[in-house]
Amino acid sequence: MDNKNKTTILNLTKEEFVHPGNRACSGCGLSLVYRTALKALGKDTILVVPPSCLTVMQGLHPIASTKLPCVNVTFASTGAAATGVRAAMKALKKENVNVVAWAGDGGTGDIGIQALSGACERGEDIIYICYDNEAYMNTGVQRSGTTPQGVLTTTTPIKGKLQEKKDVPSIIDAHGIGYVATASAAYPLDLYDKVKKATTMSGPRYIHVHTPCPPGWSFDARFTIKIGKLAVQSGLFDLYEIIDGTFNLTGQSKKLIGKDKIPVLDYFKTQGRFKSLDEQIVKKVQDQVNAKWAQY
Amino acid sequence: MHIIESGNVAAATGVKLSRAQVIAAYPITPQTPLTEKLSEFVEGGELDAQYIPVESEHSAMGVCIAASTAGTRAFTATSANGLLYMNEQLHWAVGARLPIVMCVANRGIGAPWTVWNDQQDTIAQRDVGWIQIYCNDHQQIIDSVIKAFRLAQSVSIPVMVCYDGYLLSHTYMPFDQPEQSKVDTFLPKFAPTHFLNPDDPANFNTVTLPDVRPGLDGKMAPGYIEIRHNLQEDLRASLDVYEEIDTAFAKDFGRGGNPFVEQYKCEDADFVAVCIGSLSYQLRDVIDIMRDNGVKIGVMGVQMYRPFPNQAIIAALDGKKCAIVFEKALSYGNQGALYADIKSALYNSKDKPLVHNYILGLGGREIKTRHLLDALNESCTAPETFGDSPRWIGLKL
Repeated sequence: MDNKNKTTILNLTKEEFVHPGNRACSGCGLSLVYRTALKALGKDTILVVPPSCLTVMQGLHPIASTKLPCVNVTFASTGAAATGVRAAMKALKKENVNVVAWAGDGGTGDIGIQALSGACERGEDIIYICYDNEAYMNTGVQRSGTTPQGVLTTTTPIKGKLQEKKDVPSIIDAHGIGYVATASAAYPLDLYDKVKKATTMSGPRYIHVHTPCPPGWSFDARFTIKIGKLAVQSGLFDLYEIIDGTFNLTGQSKKLIGKDKIPVLDYFKTQGRFKSLDEQIVKKVQDQVNAKWAQY
Repeated sequence: MHIIESGNVAAATGVKLSRAQVIAAYPITPQTPLTEKLSEFVEGGELDAQYIPVESEHSAMGVCIAASTAGTRAFTATSANGLLYMNEQLHWAVGARLPIVMCVANRGIGAPWTVWNDQQDTIAQRDVGWIQIYCNDHQQIIDSVIKAFRLAQSVSIPVMVCYDGYLLSHTYMPFDQPEQSKVDTFLPKFAPTHFLNPDDPANFNTVTLPDVRPGLDGKMAPGYIEIRHNLQEDLRASLDVYEEIDTAFAKDFGRGGNPFVEQYKCEDADFVAVCIGSLSYQLRDVIDIMRDNGVKIGVMGVQMYRPFPNQAIIAALDGKKCAIVFEKALSYGNQGALYADIKSALYNSKDKPLVHNYILGLGGREIKTRHLLDALNESCTAPETFGDSPRWIGLKL
């Protein structure tokens, strides 16, 4: 996106689609992501949400925190449910509606991957937003497929997770869909522009958002943005777009090309969840990051 | 217009005449020809619907749930393990009060793998809250599909239309195909008051607390238990609604009048064979043989299994000597599910008959006239000595 077209805090719409005083934890990365993305999606949007922190944030019957129509669906069926909403919109000749699936990392990359894969393969006209807080936070911080290696969770309580993080956006990209992007809660305007761009396209569009979680990652609620930025500035989580198969780094990640980056250890040190990491894993991750960036 | 077609095509034709708007399905034997026919209707322009070839049954119901919530008439079909794979979604669809219609071509369930007919698949789903209608022939399949759509949207409860795999799904029979214009009059458009609408946003299926809770307007909103109580009340009330719909259908199309049980030679009978599905028509031949031998016996097919038509059961069986329940399914570890339900209904009757239970035909084991004849003769000869445990027919141990 050209610099002149980038959204800034000065021209970001003031319209809100999320009521204040909702049930998000203080410092919640998701609440930032949700508020920002909904601004970009606008009024003519239908949301599909499986169980996740968002289900709780949405509020308890009969009060809702979102000013958009939303259907809560079963954990594994998000991609299918979004398909169903789009099919209904086609049947009812209501074409100008954004159908947006919104799920966590477990709901996307673990239990929800079959329905999402099916929707991508069929070329469904939906936007799928995954907020990745790297574990099952809503149920109390259990490991998920996208939990990074070495992280302490309630189901990896002593040694940390033994396996590496599942690369969900790459799996989705392998379906050959037109738009795959990553974003971060720490760079909300970059996220806004990506969601906005997605609304101008058709077919399956997938946005994977790195979303710090104070209680789950064990850090003070005031550091959400700082930690989200460190993940990007250390080169660990990259902001990019893949448009019709062409990969480009964007925003802050693009600025890091050819520059020295913050050591990943500086990111790890900010969070209690990494406290059992040994030097060996830290070195391995740093080597992986260096090798990845050598290719950019 | 009379046509000769398979049971699956009868079902597909009923769906076409009902103008389903969103269809999602995953292939499973013996349902497959139904969904093939529907995709042909849609691709060929005979049916203006969205056909979604999903990657699983769980997703088939996921599509239907969302499409129905968005205000469209949704349909799917399945069998056996496909139905079981949907289980969570079946609960969700009824909890969300969505008028989805689903056909099930009944099939036994694994393990071990079987593709042949019994009714364990749908009987095992009796407690999810869906309405279950069972068909005895192809005419009932096409008629029941049309009636099911009207029932579902009248009571906001999903409906399963069940018919025996292979025995009905793959056999060919003549049946009358109702005229589209008459179906359009009989089945009004689906126009829900609440649906996914950006102009009137609402959050569907939110987390609901154990207790009632005030909304922003100060009015009390129901808690989970009130919502479930309403479902139960509406399910019981749907018996009357279905009777009205069946009467209206009979008036428009000249068929029907037996919404709950279909009786054959029961009026003067001492003994009544009871079952679900196509077996009840096979039993008619057996009953005729026994009648020739002087036994006063009839047969009753149960057409609606959930909600269970207790009053119709009592009316049919009160004062009889013995009801003999044949089942192609059972509640494992206890007895046949229909047998238990029949006994439960008859507990409130004045002149209770004895009730016997036979299990037969599981996994497609052929049901021979000789087997049925032997069983009925056994039951009619010394009914008091039968006991309360199911006996199995045709076992080769």
